[in-house]
Amino acid sequence: MSTPLKARISVPRSKDLEVNGVKYNRSSSRRNNFEMFAWLFMRLSGVVLLVLVFVHLYVNLLVEEGGVHAIDFGFVGGKWANPFWQVWDLLLLWLAMLHGTNGLRVIIDDYAEKDRTRFWLKVFLFVTSAFVILLGTLVIFTFEPCPVGADPALLASFCTAA
Amino acid sequence: MAKTSKGTLYRGQAHGQWSWVAHRITGVAIFFFLLVHVLDTALVRVSPEAYNAVMETYKNPIMGLGEAGLVAAIVYHAFNGLRIILVDFWKQGTRYQKQLLWGALALWLVVMIPFLIRHLSNVFGG
Repeated sequence: MSTPLKARISVPRSKDLEVNGVKYNRSSSRRNNFEMFAWLFMRLSGVVLLVLVFVHLYVNLLVEEGGVHAIDFGFVGGKWANPFWQVWDLLLLWLAMLHGTNGLRVIIDDYAEKDRTRFWLKVFLFVTSAFVILLGTLVIFTFEPCPVGADPALLASFCTAA
Repeated sequence: MAKTSKGTLYRGQAHGQWSWVAHRITGVAIFFFLLVHVLDTALVRVSPEAYNAVMETYKNPIMGLGEAGLVAAIVYHAFNGLRIILVDFWKQGTRYQKQLLWGALALWLVVMIPFLIRHLSNVFGG
Protein backbone atom coordinates (compact mmCIF):
# COMPACT_ATOMS: atom_id res chain seq x y z
CA MET A 1 0.00 0.00 0.00
CA SER A 2 1.19 3.46 -0.77
CA THR A 3 2.08 5.80 2.02
CA PRO A 4 -0.56 8.51 2.47
CA LEU A 5 0.64 11.92 1.33
CA LYS A 6 1.71 14.07 4.20
CA ALA A 7 0.94 17.73 4.45
CA ARG A 8 4.49 18.28 5.61
CA ILE A 9 7.35 16.86 3.59
CA SER A 10 10.54 16.91 5.58
CA VAL A 11 14.22 16.94 4.58
CA PRO A 12 17.24 16.34 6.85
CA ARG A 13 18.56 19.88 6.85
CA SER A 14 19.95 21.99 9.62
CA LYS A 15 17.58 24.76 8.57
CA ASP A 16 13.98 24.19 7.60
CA LEU A 17 13.10 25.10 4.07
CA GLU A 18 9.74 26.84 4.35
CA VAL A 19 7.70 27.71 1.26
CA ASN A 20 4.29 29.37 1.59
CA GLY A 21 3.94 28.21 5.16
CA VAL A 22 4.77 24.54 4.36
CA LYS A 23 7.91 23.09 5.91
CA TYR A 24 9.76 20.85 3.46
CA ASN A 25 11.34 18.92 6.26
CA ARG A 26 11.76 15.15 6.08
CA SER A 27 12.47 14.36 9.73
CA SER A 28 9.18 14.13 11.51
CA SER A 29 9.37 13.11 15.14
CA ARG A 30 7.47 9.87 14.52
CA ARG A 31 10.11 8.34 12.24
CA ASN A 32 13.59 7.20 13.06
CA ASN A 33 16.77 7.98 11.20
CA PHE A 34 17.43 4.45 9.95
CA GLU A 35 17.32 5.37 6.25
CA MET A 36 19.67 8.30 6.80
CA PHE A 37 22.17 6.06 8.59
CA ALA A 38 21.81 3.43 5.87
CA TRP A 39 22.54 6.10 3.23
CA LEU A 40 25.56 7.33 5.17
CA PHE A 41 26.79 3.77 5.78
CA MET A 42 26.73 3.04 2.03
CA ARG A 43 29.03 6.00 1.38
CA LEU A 44 31.43 5.42 4.28
CA SER A 45 31.68 1.63 3.79
CA GLY A 46 31.97 2.20 0.04
CA VAL A 47 35.17 4.23 0.42
CA VAL A 48 36.69 1.70 2.84
CA LEU A 49 35.62 -1.21 0.62
CA LEU A 50 37.31 0.36 -2.41
CA VAL A 51 40.67 0.13 -0.59
CA LEU A 52 39.97 -3.31 0.96
CA VAL A 53 38.76 -4.86 -2.31
CA PHE A 54 41.42 -3.36 -4.58
CA VAL A 55 44.24 -4.61 -2.33
CA HIS A 56 42.47 -8.00 -2.01
CA LEU A 57 42.31 -8.33 -5.80
CA TYR A 58 45.86 -7.08 -6.30
CA VAL A 59 47.35 -9.51 -3.79
CA ASN A 60 45.25 -12.53 -4.83
CA LEU A 61 45.10 -12.11 -8.62
CA LEU A 62 48.16 -10.13 -9.68
CA VAL A 63 51.13 -10.42 -7.31
CA GLU A 64 51.72 -14.18 -7.35
CA GLU A 65 53.34 -15.90 -10.29
CA GLY A 66 50.40 -17.46 -12.18
CA GLY A 67 47.87 -15.05 -10.59
CA VAL A 68 44.50 -16.68 -10.02
CA HIS A 69 45.97 -20.11 -10.84
CA ALA A 70 48.24 -19.87 -7.78
CA ILE A 71 45.28 -19.87 -5.36
CA ASP A 72 45.10 -23.09 -3.35
CA PHE A 73 44.91 -24.21 0.28
CA GLY A 74 48.58 -23.39 0.86
CA PHE A 75 48.06 -19.84 -0.43
CA VAL A 76 45.08 -19.23 1.88
CA GLY A 77 46.97 -20.85 4.78
CA GLY A 78 49.94 -18.58 4.16
CA LYS A 79 47.72 -15.49 4.23
CA TRP A 80 45.56 -16.36 7.24
CA ALA A 81 48.54 -17.40 9.35
CA ASN A 82 49.09 -13.63 9.50
CA PRO A 83 46.68 -11.73 11.82
CA PHE A 84 46.94 -8.73 9.47
CA TRP A 85 45.17 -10.61 6.65
CA GLN A 86 42.71 -12.19 9.10
CA VAL A 87 41.59 -8.73 10.20
CA TRP A 88 41.67 -7.47 6.60
CA ASP A 89 39.43 -10.28 5.36
CA LEU A 90 37.15 -10.04 8.39
CA LEU A 91 36.56 -6.33 7.70
CA LEU A 92 36.10 -7.11 4.02
CA LEU A 93 33.53 -9.81 4.83
CA TRP A 94 31.46 -7.71 7.21
CA LEU A 95 31.52 -4.44 5.28
CA ALA A 96 30.92 -6.07 1.88
CA MET A 97 28.06 -8.21 3.19
CA LEU A 98 26.37 -5.32 5.02
CA HIS A 99 26.87 -3.00 2.03
CA GLY A 100 25.50 -5.63 -0.37
CA THR A 101 22.63 -6.62 1.90
CA ASN A 102 21.53 -3.01 2.27
CA GLY A 103 21.80 -2.55 -1.50
CA LEU A 104 19.59 -5.60 -2.10
CA ARG A 105 17.16 -4.36 0.57
CA VAL A 106 16.76 -1.08 -1.32
CA ILE A 107 16.29 -2.93 -4.62
CA ILE A 108 13.62 -5.21 -3.09
CA ASP A 109 11.82 -2.14 -1.71
CA ASP A 110 11.96 -0.57 -5.18
CA TYR A 111 10.67 -3.43 -7.28
CA ALA A 112 8.58 -5.79 -5.11
CA GLU A 113 5.19 -4.12 -4.98
CA LYS A 114 3.22 -6.52 -2.79
CA ASP A 115 3.72 -6.17 0.97
CA ARG A 116 3.97 -9.94 1.47
CA THR A 117 6.47 -10.40 -1.36
CA ARG A 118 8.63 -7.60 -0.02
CA PHE A 119 8.47 -8.99 3.50
CA TRP A 120 9.44 -12.55 2.55
CA LEU A 121 12.16 -11.49 0.12
CA LYS A 122 13.72 -9.41 2.88
CA VAL A 123 13.41 -12.21 5.43
CA PHE A 124 15.19 -14.52 2.97
CA LEU A 125 17.85 -11.86 2.28
CA PHE A 126 18.55 -11.18 5.97
CA VAL A 127 18.68 -14.87 6.92
CA THR A 128 21.05 -15.63 4.02
CA SER A 129 23.28 -12.67 4.87
CA ALA A 130 23.43 -13.51 8.57
CA PHE A 131 24.36 -17.10 7.73
CA VAL A 132 27.13 -16.06 5.31
CA ILE A 133 28.56 -13.44 7.71
CA LEU A 134 28.61 -15.86 10.64
CA LEU A 135 30.02 -18.74 8.57
CA GLY A 136 32.77 -16.52 7.13
CA THR A 137 33.67 -15.14 10.56
CA LEU A 138 33.82 -18.63 12.05
CA VAL A 139 36.06 -19.85 9.21
CA ILE A 140 38.51 -16.93 9.57
CA PHE A 141 38.85 -17.45 13.33
CA THR A 142 38.88 -21.27 13.51
CA PHE A 143 40.99 -21.88 10.41
CA GLU A 144 43.92 -24.27 10.89
CA PRO A 145 46.66 -23.62 8.28
CA CYS A 146 48.52 -26.85 9.14
CA PRO A 147 45.85 -29.51 9.82
CA VAL A 148 47.20 -32.66 11.52
CA GLY A 149 47.48 -35.60 9.15
CA ALA A 150 47.07 -33.56 5.97
CA ASP A 151 49.30 -34.15 2.94
CA PRO A 152 52.28 -31.77 3.57
CA ALA A 153 52.47 -31.06 -0.19
CA LEU A 154 49.12 -29.24 0.02
CA LEU A 155 50.07 -26.97 2.93
CA ALA A 156 51.92 -23.68 3.26
CA SER A 157 55.71 -24.10 3.39
CA PHE A 158 55.98 -23.08 7.08
CA CYS A 159 53.91 -26.14 8.10
CA THR A 160 56.77 -28.49 7.23
CA ALA A 161 59.66 -26.24 8.32
CA ALA A 162 61.57 -27.74 11.22
CA MET B 1 10.08 5.47 -26.62
CA ALA B 2 9.11 8.01 -29.28
CA LYS B 3 12.08 8.96 -31.41
CA THR B 4 11.44 12.63 -30.79
CA SER B 5 12.03 12.04 -27.08
CA LYS B 6 15.43 13.21 -25.96
CA GLY B 7 14.78 12.12 -22.40
CA THR B 8 14.84 14.52 -19.54
CA LEU B 9 17.55 15.94 -17.33
CA TYR B 10 17.81 12.41 -15.92
CA ARG B 11 15.96 9.85 -18.04
CA GLY B 12 17.91 8.32 -20.91
CA GLN B 13 21.10 10.15 -19.95
CA ALA B 14 24.38 8.26 -19.59
CA HIS B 15 25.34 10.22 -16.48
CA GLY B 16 21.82 9.95 -15.11
CA GLN B 17 19.68 6.88 -15.65
CA TRP B 18 22.21 4.55 -17.32
CA SER B 19 25.04 4.96 -14.83
CA TRP B 20 22.44 4.24 -12.11
CA VAL B 21 21.16 1.12 -13.91
CA ALA B 22 24.74 -0.12 -14.36
CA HIS B 23 25.46 0.57 -10.67
CA ARG B 24 22.49 -1.60 -9.64
CA ILE B 25 23.27 -4.44 -12.03
CA THR B 26 26.96 -4.57 -11.06
CA GLY B 27 26.01 -4.33 -7.37
CA VAL B 28 23.62 -7.28 -7.54
CA ALA B 29 26.11 -9.35 -9.56
CA ILE B 30 28.93 -8.65 -7.07
CA PHE B 31 26.65 -9.54 -4.13
CA PHE B 32 25.73 -12.95 -5.58
CA PHE B 33 29.38 -13.63 -6.38
CA LEU B 34 30.25 -12.71 -2.80
CA LEU B 35 27.82 -15.29 -1.37
CA VAL B 36 29.41 -18.04 -3.50
CA HIS B 37 32.92 -16.75 -2.74
CA VAL B 38 32.42 -17.00 1.06
CA LEU B 39 30.87 -20.46 0.73
CA ASP B 40 33.68 -21.87 -1.43
CA THR B 41 36.38 -20.28 0.76
CA ALA B 42 34.68 -21.89 3.78
CA LEU B 43 35.84 -25.23 2.33
CA VAL B 44 39.31 -24.52 3.79
CA ARG B 45 37.66 -25.50 7.05
CA VAL B 46 36.65 -28.89 5.59
CA SER B 47 39.97 -30.10 4.17
CA PRO B 48 42.82 -28.96 1.90
CA GLU B 49 41.67 -31.51 -0.69
CA ALA B 50 38.06 -30.22 -0.74
CA TYR B 51 39.17 -26.60 -1.17
CA ASN B 52 41.74 -27.40 -3.85
CA ALA B 53 39.25 -29.58 -5.76
CA VAL B 54 36.79 -26.68 -6.05
CA MET B 55 39.54 -24.17 -6.93
CA GLU B 56 40.67 -26.52 -9.73
CA THR B 57 37.21 -26.33 -11.32
CA TYR B 58 37.65 -22.53 -11.53
CA LYS B 59 40.98 -22.71 -13.35
CA ASN B 60 39.73 -22.74 -16.94
CA PRO B 61 39.28 -20.05 -19.63
CA ILE B 62 35.50 -19.70 -19.11
CA MET B 63 35.88 -18.94 -15.40
CA GLY B 64 38.89 -16.76 -16.27
CA LEU B 65 36.65 -14.63 -18.48
CA GLY B 66 34.04 -14.62 -15.70
CA GLU B 67 36.69 -13.29 -13.29
CA ALA B 68 37.58 -10.56 -15.80
CA GLY B 69 33.89 -9.59 -15.97
CA LEU B 70 33.62 -9.64 -12.19
CA VAL B 71 36.64 -7.33 -11.79
CA ALA B 72 35.24 -5.04 -14.51
CA ALA B 73 31.95 -4.85 -12.55
CA ILE B 74 33.74 -4.21 -9.24
CA VAL B 75 35.96 -1.45 -10.67
CA TYR B 76 32.95 0.26 -12.31
CA HIS B 77 30.92 0.03 -9.09
CA ALA B 78 33.88 1.42 -7.10
CA PHE B 79 34.56 4.43 -9.33
CA ASN B 80 30.91 5.26 -10.00
CA GLY B 81 30.40 4.95 -6.24
CA LEU B 82 33.10 7.57 -5.67
CA ARG B 83 31.27 9.76 -8.19
CA ILE B 84 28.00 9.33 -6.26
CA ILE B 85 29.80 10.33 -3.05
CA LEU B 86 31.21 13.44 -4.75
CA VAL B 87 27.76 14.34 -6.12
CA ASP B 88 26.30 13.97 -2.61
CA PHE B 89 29.01 15.66 -0.55
CA TRP B 90 31.02 17.97 -2.81
CA LYS B 91 29.51 21.39 -3.35
CA GLN B 92 30.29 21.38 -7.07
CA GLY B 93 29.37 17.68 -7.40
CA THR B 94 25.98 18.08 -9.05
CA ARG B 95 27.34 20.67 -11.45
CA TYR B 96 30.15 18.42 -12.68
CA GLN B 97 28.36 15.05 -12.38
CA LYS B 98 28.57 14.50 -16.15
CA GLN B 99 32.32 15.15 -16.23
CA LEU B 100 32.66 12.99 -13.11
CA LEU B 101 31.12 10.05 -15.01
CA TRP B 102 33.59 10.45 -17.87
CA GLY B 103 36.34 10.65 -15.24
CA ALA B 104 35.10 7.44 -13.59
CA LEU B 105 34.97 5.65 -16.96
CA ALA B 106 38.46 6.91 -17.86
CA LEU B 107 39.81 5.61 -14.52
CA TRP B 108 38.01 2.33 -15.20
CA LEU B 109 39.96 1.98 -18.46
CA VAL B 110 43.25 2.94 -16.79
CA VAL B 111 42.77 0.15 -14.22
CA MET B 112 41.19 -2.46 -16.51
CA ILE B 113 43.73 -2.40 -19.36
CA PRO B 114 46.79 -3.42 -17.29
CA PHE B 115 44.64 -5.78 -15.21
CA LEU B 116 43.28 -7.57 -18.29
CA ILE B 117 46.74 -7.90 -19.85
CA ARG B 118 48.09 -9.56 -16.71
CA HIS B 119 45.00 -11.61 -15.82
CA LEU B 120 44.24 -12.90 -19.32
CA SER B 121 47.87 -13.87 -19.89
CA ASN B 122 47.64 -15.89 -16.63
CA VAL B 123 44.37 -17.49 -17.77
CA PHE B 124 45.29 -18.23 -21.40
CA GLY B 125 49.08 -18.44 -21.03
CA GLY B 126 50.86 -21.57 -19.82
